[in-house]
Amino acid sequence: MKKTKQNTLKKLFFSTLYLSTFTFGGGYVIITLLKEKFVDQYHWIEEDEMLDLIAIAQSSPGAVAVNGAIVVGYRLAGIPGVLVSVLGAVIPPMTIISLISVFYDLFRDNRYIDALLGGMTAGVGAVITSVVFDMVLGIVRAKDLIHILLLIVSFLASYVFHVNTALIILLTALFGLIRTLITERRKTAQ
Amino acid sequence: MIYVSLFISFFKIGLLSFGGGYAAMPLIQEEIVRSHQWLTMGDFTDLVTIAEMTPGPIAVNAATFVGTQVGGFAGAVIATLGCILPSCIIVTLLASLYTKYRKMPLLQGTLASLRPAVTAMIAKAGLDILISSFFRSGVIDFARENVQVRRILFFALALFLLRKKKWNPILVMVLCGILELCFTILFL
Repeated sequence: MKKTKQNTLKKLFFSTLYLSTFTFGGGYVIITLLKEKFVDQYHWIEEDEMLDLIAIAQSSPGAVAVNGAIVVGYRLAGIPGVLVSVLGAVIPPMTIISLISVFYDLFRDNRYIDALLGGMTAGVGAVITSVVFDMVLGIVRAKDLIHILLLIVSFLASYVFHVNTALIILLTALFGLIRTLITERRKTAQ
Repeated sequence: MIYVSLFISFFKIGLLSFGGGYAAMPLIQEEIVRSHQWLTMGDFTDLVTIAEMTPGPIAVNAATFVGTQVGGFAGAVIATLGCILPSCIIVTLLASLYTKYRKMPLLQGTLASLRPAVTAMIAKAGLDILISSFFRSGVIDFARENVQVRRILFFALALFLLRKKKWNPILVMVLCGILELCFTILFL
């Protein structure tokens, strides 16, 4: 089967559009479905290569769902592929939230909507608590003392001392970079 | 100029949110609630709730929501563009570099150090949401009329359903909303 570039772009757009419309539950779900579609169904990308691309998507800044669409788009059709798949990934949430946003002012002051959203905040809080619990457990179990210290120090910096979030992330990245440079140098010295 | 500040704010959010999912949340809160005061903490909590209920990344949802509130449809497009532009540039660059240099220990090491900091930021944002949910005044104050005891009970129930019963998060959230709605209809 010979696939033309136009056909590839069309398939990319509709795949990301479809996945982005119906995927609840965050970027990791979308990435799994992208793999299912392009590796298992279309056989356009090798399994190993897809796993590396996913790692890039996960370790780069930004939304994992958007990053996943970018790596697949780039791999299959270069820059045009990136544009087409990002468009597909972004249109559904933009449409849905635009609609909600337009009506938000109307129903924000409604007592029943207020109760519904208010009750849900308790649920959102529980979901975030649960996610944080698992993340903290993962860090503690890895038994890297420096990472545990980083966790505590950055929480205190943010919550108690109100240090800017972006600053904390940049400083931590710098710290990680220097630390990796030192360990890499030690490895080559040995 | 409102469009420029929208673009810059969401560009920052897109550039600095590592780790996906909730990682963008504290940055969004900082930019939108604290720096620019485009939303109140109450609106922000609603936004997180809406973003959880609908498909799509929270950063894109927030960009559309805040953009529309602040600058209409054009605002939504500009904010969304700002938020995905860093990804488009960085991920495309990395994907093309990947074909040349398969493993980058320097990058991997740096990202490993970021994870604890990102976790701490998410914890902080989660705590803020819980405080605004539990206390009518939005600050910790245990005066009887300020504490929303019902919400605290819903939180405990939600945590139980999530951890022990492995319920779907969206289902748990909707249940909490419906419970509060039922109480409002019955007792007010």
